[in-house]
Amino acid sequence: MSHPRVSIQTHDFDLSAEVARLRAADKRVGAVCSFVGTVRDRNGGADPSVQSMELEHYPGMTEKSIEAMIDEAHKRFDIFGARVVHRVGLLQPLDQIVLVAVTSAHRGESFQACEFLMDYLKTQAPFWKKEQTPQGAHWVDARVSDDAALLRWGISGSNAS
Amino acid sequence: MKITVRYFASIREAMGTGSEVLDTSALTLGQLRDELIARDGAAAQVLARGRAVRMALNQVMGDEAAALADGAEVAFFPPVTGG
Repeated sequence: MSHPRVSIQTHDFDLSAEVARLRAADKRVGAVCSFVGTVRDRNGGADPSVQSMELEHYPGMTEKSIEAMIDEAHKRFDIFGARVVHRVGLLQPLDQIVLVAVTSAHRGESFQACEFLMDYLKTQAPFWKKEQTPQGAHWVDARVSDDAALLRWGISGSNAS
Repeated sequence: MKITVRYFASIREAMGTGSEVLDTSALTLGQLRDELIARDGAAAQVLARGRAVRMALNQVMGDEAAALADGAEVAFFPPVTGG
C-alpha cells in the first residue's frame, strides 16, 4: 500500500512517524534527509512582533503543484521517495509549518532533492501567510532571495519581483 | 464564454469575494485581467499593471498569453509566501 506524497493539513505532523513511513522498511535506502520549517515570532527584524500566523492556500492547485515538484525532483535526482506536509490555518510561533523528507541510496542526492523541493515550494506553491502583530494583521511579502534560490537550479520562476 | 475566477489572499480581500462566475469575451489571461481592471475600482487597484499579480489557469501557473476556454478556472493572487 502506498502513502500519499503530499498532505495539506491543519493538524501537526510527527517527523519520526513521517520518516518511518517514507522509509517503509526499504533496504535500498541509505540516506534520509528532512527539513522542518517552523513559525518564528519575528519577520526580518529582531523585534518579536509576530503573535500568530494564518495560512491560506489554493485547494487543488496546491496539491497539484507540489505533486509536479516531486515528479521534477525524481527526474533530477536519484531518489527513492519524497514526502511533503504543509500546514494551513492558524499557527503560533514555535509551531511546525512544513516538512520535506527525501530518501536515497547516498546522502548527496537526498540533501539536494530536499533543498530543491523547498526552494521550489517557497516560490511556486500557492500558499500565503498573514501575520498578526500588535499593530494589526498584514500579508507577508515574498522575498526576492527565494527567487534567487530557485534560480540556482536553473529555474527562473519570478515570484517576488 | 463562461469561466470561474478565483481570488486569494490580499486580492481576495480587496475584491470582497473568493470567486465569481464571469461571462467574458477575453481570449487570454492578460485580456481578462484588463477586462476586470476596466470593470470596477477594486480590481483596477489590485490587478493594476505594474503590481505583482500571479495568475493560474486550471490550477497551473499561467502567463498573460495563456488562452482561455469555456469552463476554465482562472485565479489571481499575490506572490506566494508558503514554506
